[in-house]
Amino acid sequence: MRHIISILMENEPGALSRVVGLFSQRNFNIETLNVAPTEDPSLSRLTVTTVGDDRVIEQITKHLNKLIDVVKLVDLTEGNHIERELMLVKVKALGAARDEVKRTVDIFRAQIVDVTPSLYTVQITGDASKLDAFLQAMAPVGILEVARTGVSGIARGDKVLSL
Amino acid sequence: MELLSGADMIARFLQDEGVEYIYGYPGGAALHIYDALFRQDKVKHILVRHEQAATHAADGYARASGKPGVVLVTSGPGATNAVTGIATAYMDSIPMVVLCGQVMSHLIGDDAFQETDIVGVTRPIVKHSFSIRHPSEIPEVLKKAFYLASTGRPGPVVVDIPKDMTAPTERYEYVYPKKVKLRSYNPVTRGHTGQIKKAVEMMLKAKRPVFYTGGGVVTGKASEGLTDLVKQLGFPITTTLMGIGSYPQSDRQCLGWLGMHGSYESNMAMHHADLIIAIGARFDDRVTNNTSKFCPTAKIIHVDVDPSSVSKTVRADVPIVGPASSVINEMISLVQGQAITHPEALTDWWQKIDGWRAEREGKLYEPSKPGEVLKPQEVIEALCRVTRGEAYVTTDVGQHQMFAAQYYKFDKPNRLITSGGLGTMGFGFPAAMGIKQNFPEDDVVCVTGEGSFQMMMQELSTCKQYGVGVKIVNLNNASLGMVRQWQDLNYKSRHAHSYMESLPDFHMLIEAYGFTAITVRTLDELEPALERAFANKHELVFLDVKVDPHEHVYPMQVPLGAMRDMLLSKTERT
Repeated sequence: MRHIISILMENEPGALSRVVGLFSQRNFNIETLNVAPTEDPSLSRLTVTTVGDDRVIEQITKHLNKLIDVVKLVDLTEGNHIERELMLVKVKALGAARDEVKRTVDIFRAQIVDVTPSLYTVQITGDASKLDAFLQAMAPVGILEVARTGVSGIARGDKVLSL
Repeated sequence: MELLSGADMIARFLQDEGVEYIYGYPGGAALHIYDALFRQDKVKHILVRHEQAATHAADGYARASGKPGVVLVTSGPGATNAVTGIATAYMDSIPMVVLCGQVMSHLIGDDAFQETDIVGVTRPIVKHSFSIRHPSEIPEVLKKAFYLASTGRPGPVVVDIPKDMTAPTERYEYVYPKKVKLRSYNPVTRGHTGQIKKAVEMMLKAKRPVFYTGGGVVTGKASEGLTDLVKQLGFPITTTLMGIGSYPQSDRQCLGWLGMHGSYESNMAMHHADLIIAIGARFDDRVTNNTSKFCPTAKIIHVDVDPSSVSKTVRADVPIVGPASSVINEMISLVQGQAITHPEALTDWWQKIDGWRAEREGKLYEPSKPGEVLKPQEVIEALCRVTRGEAYVTTDVGQHQMFAAQYYKFDKPNRLITSGGLGTMGFGFPAAMGIKQNFPEDDVVCVTGEGSFQMMMQELSTCKQYGVGVKIVNLNNASLGMVRQWQDLNYKSRHAHSYMESLPDFHMLIEAYGFTAITVRTLDELEPALERAFANKHELVFLDVKVDPHEHVYPMQVPLGAMRDMLLSKTERT
């Protein structure tokens, strides 16, 4: 099963490589990875999506918690949560397809953020499956470049991941 | 307020931390630190002949004393040479602090002379690592390094120190940090009381219980408590290789050690148990054999200080995360005054176990006949007699390691010093060196083989420099015995590169360093030679004992089988 694990870790050089290294060292799987500092500059928040059965996920969270740089973590998929990913896509927009792309962008509630005579750059946010669906819809027109941030997430309700 | 250079801070900190010995090898990036050590006399530096030996010596010292071992090496090759020793300590959870010189900060990343990203190289084999970014942070970082290395589940910590951080011209305030706090690191100090109660209830109700205890009991200094608990309950106990001595082996309740080359009765008892009480052990593959066939009728209580060890390979029914000593003490207080529910079942259980014991008695190996080549097992038995079972025994890796663990009877913890997890050939001799320097009045013997010994034999020179009187028992079968055994069993005796075609004359080699060597060929020469070797505690003596190259280590678990599936000799199996 797919899990989204969010980690608060020391904003120190080398901390990220310890987390990433752990996954390869222990043969765990990383689907997406997203990391940036938080409002507290001494902390970074890292969100990783991974796939594994309960036993594997238990090991992943235990080993992550063991890293000295990891301060706190939560498996967001254990409860209700909001999951978002941002994607920038360059798609061909020539002739009749130009209007078609615009219409599809509207349907997906995406935005065109840059324009040239031959292409549109589209910005779209949502969960991973929405982004996948948009790519699928654009495939016949011609996708030129894709930049995805990887999943970020937060728990619904009063639950807070902080110190 | 005292102003010190980074290098002087390091020397001062080591003094304030109570470090007596550090093991190392100088080089460009570490020279400021070496100069600071030269200008003081509290911390003694031992110059090894290869950095790997520095880590093993510090490791041996740490295992025997329970205090962190300290290593100092230079950047690049100095640091990479230490890697095997760091990995050895990591796999066996040994407290160690490794100080590595590094090229100057402004050169990092330029492929400078003797530059290696040692923090990157060692990342998967350390508990944690630090890079010094300003000289003023040296005291705090070093305190954190020692704290991390020696608390919770211990392990090695690497501190990378760019040369400019130790420059003699720049001085900063030095205060020894008495306390240290890491917001993300709070090792557990006790187990969950409810879980411990539940475990004790299961223990009292068990019909076929077995204690299975590991290195965590030894490093967690919980052997006394464990012995009390096991004696109170009257249960059988088996230990892992790393746990040998956590319960006295000469006691009737001790079944020896378990796993791949464990005793017949240990593996049989584990397989048939209805309750396994695992403490400070990690269900390693050399113990469990095939986990899907592991102990089919047993419930499992697993006590470990490291939560990631629990349910890693075998699911625990009652997981307890906590230090062995405090959990055991809580168990003792709950067991006190309580009677076990099924005393008659326990009596039956012991009858069964004694039956297994009797089956193998006198059949473990065939002793040599007069005038014939010696069996390695009888060498270890003689060694145990001559040293009254009280020596610190270090080993390298292979058949001799298994024989030492099987035939030397250890009644105390920290006495068998062996590379269990990583299985590092070359570990034994430098480890013995580290122990002997700290316990000069004790007998310290390295049981080795001619293959392993040649991996670290340059340390004879270190022993000469510091007058280290270790004894070396070289079980010389002129082949890599364990490799040869596997080739006999699995490759139709095609001995691919497992023989030693051109061995040195060990006698001459040892004498070249000014030490005594004794060659032993027959049984009647054996004990007198051992007596002679151990007569003087402060003299290094090397026994080159020619042993039977055809001997195999048994029992040996059948690969992918259950605990009870064992080869018992070249012709028998369970």
